[in-house]
Amino acid sequence: MKYLCLVYSEEAALEAVPDRECVDFDTTIRSDGRCLASEALQPVHTATTVRVRGGKVEITDGPFAETKEQLAGFYMIEAADLDEAIRLAAKIPPARVGSVEVRPVRPIRETVAAERSA
Amino acid sequence: MAWSGDDREQPLGTAEAGRIREAVESVYRTESRRVLATLIRLLGGDFDLAEEALHDAFAAALDRWPRDGLPANPRAWLVSAGRFRAIDVLRRRARFDASVADVADRLGDGVTQPEAHDDETIVDDRLRLVFTCCHPALPAHARVALTLREVCGLTTEEIASAFLTGAPTVAQRIVRAKAKIRDAGIPYRVPEPAELPERLDAVLQVVYLVFNEGYSASSGESLTRPDLSGEAIRLGRLLVELLPEPEVRGLLALMLLHESRRAARTSEDGEIVLLEGQDRALWDRELIAEGRALVERALSSGRIGPYALQAAISAVHAESPDAASTDWSQIVGLYDVLARIAPSPVVELNRAVAVAMRDGPAAGLARVDAILDRGDLADYHLAHSARAELCRRLGRTADARAAYRRALELARQEPERRLLERRLADLAAGAARAG
Repeated sequence: MKYLCLVYSEEAALEAVPDRECVDFDTTIRSDGRCLASEALQPVHTATTVRVRGGKVEITDGPFAETKEQLAGFYMIEAADLDEAIRLAAKIPPARVGSVEVRPVRPIRETVAAERSA
Repeated sequence: MAWSGDDREQPLGTAEAGRIREAVESVYRTESRRVLATLIRLLGGDFDLAEEALHDAFAAALDRWPRDGLPANPRAWLVSAGRFRAIDVLRRRARFDASVADVADRLGDGVTQPEAHDDETIVDDRLRLVFTCCHPALPAHARVALTLREVCGLTTEEIASAFLTGAPTVAQRIVRAKAKIRDAGIPYRVPEPAELPERLDAVLQVVYLVFNEGYSASSGESLTRPDLSGEAIRLGRLLVELLPEPEVRGLLALMLLHESRRAARTSEDGEIVLLEGQDRALWDRELIAEGRALVERALSSGRIGPYALQAAISAVHAESPDAASTDWSQIVGLYDVLARIAPSPVVELNRAVAVAMRDGPAAGLARVDAILDRGDLADYHLAHSARAELCRRLGRTADARAAYRRALELARQEPERRLLERRLADLAAGAARAG
C-alpha cells in the first residue's frame, strides 16, 4: 500500500536535525525503492494559500489555517516562479471548496552535496 | 569602468564641483527609485543587492562627476555603475559560496540584458517594482511598508512614524517581505493581462490605504498627516503615467478631490468641520479641476469602476457652490451604480445618507436601520453617528442621544470623539431649552 508521511515540526526545533542526516536517510530509503517522493520544504514564511471562490482566485500570504480543513492530497509541481505555481494551484479542483498551500521546495540534496564537495 | 583606486585628477573648481554635488543630490531625488527598479531587474530580482548597488552607484557619482562633469544620461550611467559594482560584489562572495558564482556569471554575461520576451514595448521598471511590492502573496502590512520604502523612498523611520508603529516592526516587515520575494520565487514583472485587473486592484488598495492614513488618521491626535497623502498622490500620478487605466485615473481623481478640501476640513483649533459646514473658498480649485478632468476621462472609457464612481460623487460636491445647492439626486444615482458594481454595507450607508438629503431624514433612517437590523456595521461608529443625526433631524432626541453615545463608544480618533461629544452637548442644550 502507498502511504504519505507528512512531517510537522516547530521550525526552531528543526535546527537540531541536520540536513545531511535527512539527505542520507533519503538516499537509503530511495535505494531500495521504498521512497517514491520526498522533499524538504522552505520555511512557512514562504507559504502562500490559494482558494478559488465564485470563479475568482483568492491569494493570501501564509499557510492554510482553517482548522476545519484537513489534508486531502498533494501535487509536486515544476513552475518558473510563484505566479505560475499559483496559476496551476488554482486549477486543482478542490481549490474551489478548500485551500491549496503553495510552498517552495528546499533543495537540500543539492546544498548538502555542494557542502560535501567544497 | 573602475572608479576606486584611480589616480586623483585635478578636481574642477570648487564652485563647479559644489554645483555638481548638488546635481547628484537632485538626480538622487528624481531618479533614484527608477535606477533602483532597473537594478533589481538586472540583478535577478535581488532587492538587497540592488540597494547596495544603488548606494555604490551614487557614491561613485559623487566621486566621478565633480571631476568628469555631469554625464549626458545620468540614469544610464548610474544603472551601469551599479550593475558592474554588484557583479564585482557577487564575484567576491563567490569565493566563499560556490552557488553565488553561477549567479555572478549569469549576470555578467553580455553588456545588455534583453527585455522579457513577452514585452512589446519597453516597460518602465518602476511598474515591475510596484507590482512586486504589492504582490498578494505578501502580507498586507508588508505591501504598504515595502511600497513606501522601495517605490517612494521613505525611510523606515518615516514609515513607522506615519503609521504610528515602531521602526523595528516596520523594518522586520520589510526584511521578511524581501525574504519571501526571494525564497518563494515572487517574479519581478508586470502581471499577465489575465491577472492584471486583480493585481492592479491590490496596488490601488495599497495606494488608497496610504492616502487614507494621511487624510484621516485611524487613531491618535492629529486628524491628517499631509505627507502621507502627498506620497500617495505622487504614487497615483506615477501610476497614471505608467498605466493609464480608468481605475488608476479614478483613484487619482478621488485622492485629488479629497485633498482639495484639506484646508477646509479642520478649524483653526484642529476640530473637524464636516462637508456641509466647510468654507468652500478654502477648497483648492486647481486640484478640483484636475480631479474632475480625470473623472471624466475615467467614466468615458466605458469601464466604470468603484474609484471613478467615488471620485464622481466627490466631484458633484466639488462643483456645488454651497452645501444647499448640492445635487443629491445625482449623488444617489451614482451610489446606485456603485452599489451594483461594488456592493458593501458602507456603500449602502453612504447611499442612505444621500437619500436622506434628497428625500428627507425618514427615508434615510429607514435604510440605515435596515443595515443595522441585519447586523451589519454594528461596530462602525459612522453608522451610529449617521443614525443619530437622522434621528435628531426627526426630533427623536432620545434615540439620537443613544446613537451618538454608541458612536462615541466606537470612535477612536480624538477629533471625531470631540465632534460627537459636541453633538451630545448640543442635544442636551436643545432639550434644556425645550424643557
